[in-house]
Amino acid sequence: MIDSPKDFGLKLHVWGERALFTRPEMAVERVSYDVMTPSAARGILEAIHWKPAIRWIVDRIYVLRPIRFESIRRNEVGSKISESSVRSAMRSGQVSDLAIVVDEDRQQRAATVLRDVAYVIEAHFERAGKWGAEDSDAKHIDMARRRARSGQCFQRPCLGVREFAANFDLVEGELPPMDASMMGRRDLGFMLLDLDFAAGARPVFFRAEMVDGVINVPRMEDAGARR
Amino acid sequence: MSAINHRYDFVYLFDVANGNPNGDPDAGNMPRLDAETGLGLVTDVCLKRKVRNFVSLVRGDGVGYRIYMAERAVLNLTNREAYAATGLASEPRKLPKKEEEARSLTKWMCDNFFDIRAFGAVMSTEVNVGQVRGPIQFTFGHSIDPIVPIEVSITRSSVTNEEDAKKNDRTMGRKHIVPYGLYRAHGFVSARLANDAKKGTGFSEDDLALFWRALGEMFDHDRSAARGEMTARRLIVFEHESDLGNAPAHKLFERVTVSRAPSSDGPPRAYSDYVVTLDEAALPAGVKVLDLI
Repeated sequence: MIDSPKDFGLKLHVWGERALFTRPEMAVERVSYDVMTPSAARGILEAIHWKPAIRWIVDRIYVLRPIRFESIRRNEVGSKISESSVRSAMRSGQVSDLAIVVDEDRQQRAATVLRDVAYVIEAHFERAGKWGAEDSDAKHIDMARRRARSGQCFQRPCLGVREFAANFDLVEGELPPMDASMMGRRDLGFMLLDLDFAAGARPVFFRAEMVDGVINVPRMEDAGARR
Repeated sequence: MSAINHRYDFVYLFDVANGNPNGDPDAGNMPRLDAETGLGLVTDVCLKRKVRNFVSLVRGDGVGYRIYMAERAVLNLTNREAYAATGLASEPRKLPKKEEEARSLTKWMCDNFFDIRAFGAVMSTEVNVGQVRGPIQFTFGHSIDPIVPIEVSITRSSVTNEEDAKKNDRTMGRKHIVPYGLYRAHGFVSARLANDAKKGTGFSEDDLALFWRALGEMFDHDRSAARGEMTARRLIVFEHESDLGNAPAHKLFERVTVSRAPSSDGPPRAYSDYVVTLDEAALPAGVKVLDLI
């Protein structure tokens, strides 16, 4: 695998009314991290452009607005579709029994979500697994930039969960303004870096520190990342 | 029926008069409020519930239009087929070994259930295909102006049990209502999640037409003592020529502005207190406006 040069990167401005980057240790009554995780940032980039030939690496996250929370409680269902009941229904051709009656399987869960967020994701891509003859670095970065500039996306990117849709725009000149309160040093504690899919989707953490609103994201294989 | 080939972004306006559009379980079923702005909220799942109920109502027994996340009250309305003989040999829980096999399961679910095709679902099958993302995505709806919920105390002229009858011959209850609120919600239809060879749910043009119809009519079939009068007021859909889209969604949404009518004075109490304007001038190339309601 050949690493492509860093200049095949982009800066993406993303913002929205609410966001929920769930802390894995508080996933039932969901509580968001203070800021966007690198894993969520990668998901946003992939929603805009991704091919099996490339892999997005998030280098830096700029936090543009103050960190504020809000609580929302909703009715949710407690179970997933079981594979065996789908099989039996396929065999019998009977669809009528196959449903979750939400009133009987109801859970009320609160979520502590972020309000009014805006970030800049600085990232680049590297060549990955299925790099073919038709792939070129220039092609992929052009495609990603073009889509980001014109608002195109494979699917609507979201800020952690799908109901909190993300607006996005390519940053081509100066960075969008940052709130003055972001200045200073802030230790955000251990935060999810990403899931290591090569090792069976094992979560990898890092010590996130925000300096003047900027979080430098270590590479997965670097020492800063804890498993 | 082939899957949809255009991306859509939509603005949906609906209002409530003397009712509670969406109760907050954290606040004793008061209407949901954004504590910072005082604006009323309606969650995405609340709107999706009503779309499901509408589809179940109009296509109850139709092949391919089942609703997976069923609500008992609506199921009772539809003519359920006779319960299949229970005791289908339940097999030990095992994951499908082949990706193809897992995919055939999810495809079958998509083919049979409208809500899975539209909104997606989590199936505990093989990791990569077990989760179906549907093309339709709702955001929270919020009211244009701050709402002021009113607590209305009501009496019931009878009691539940004999014990209570000795003490009191009537009971008090309370309702929370919003006198008036115009709500705005945004939504997205990502065509690639419908038509992609691997990830697509097969959500079709027919399905989309049914979905737009649901947004128009769903409140008409969701009457209850709590809701008051809810009405879909406007549905403005931006159709992109490309399935990836031709313009940023936020710029399209900015074209729809809701403001107070010049003649309106005091707290808003009717849809006529608002003016909705749609700027159709110089639309980006490849974007078409469908003004559906």
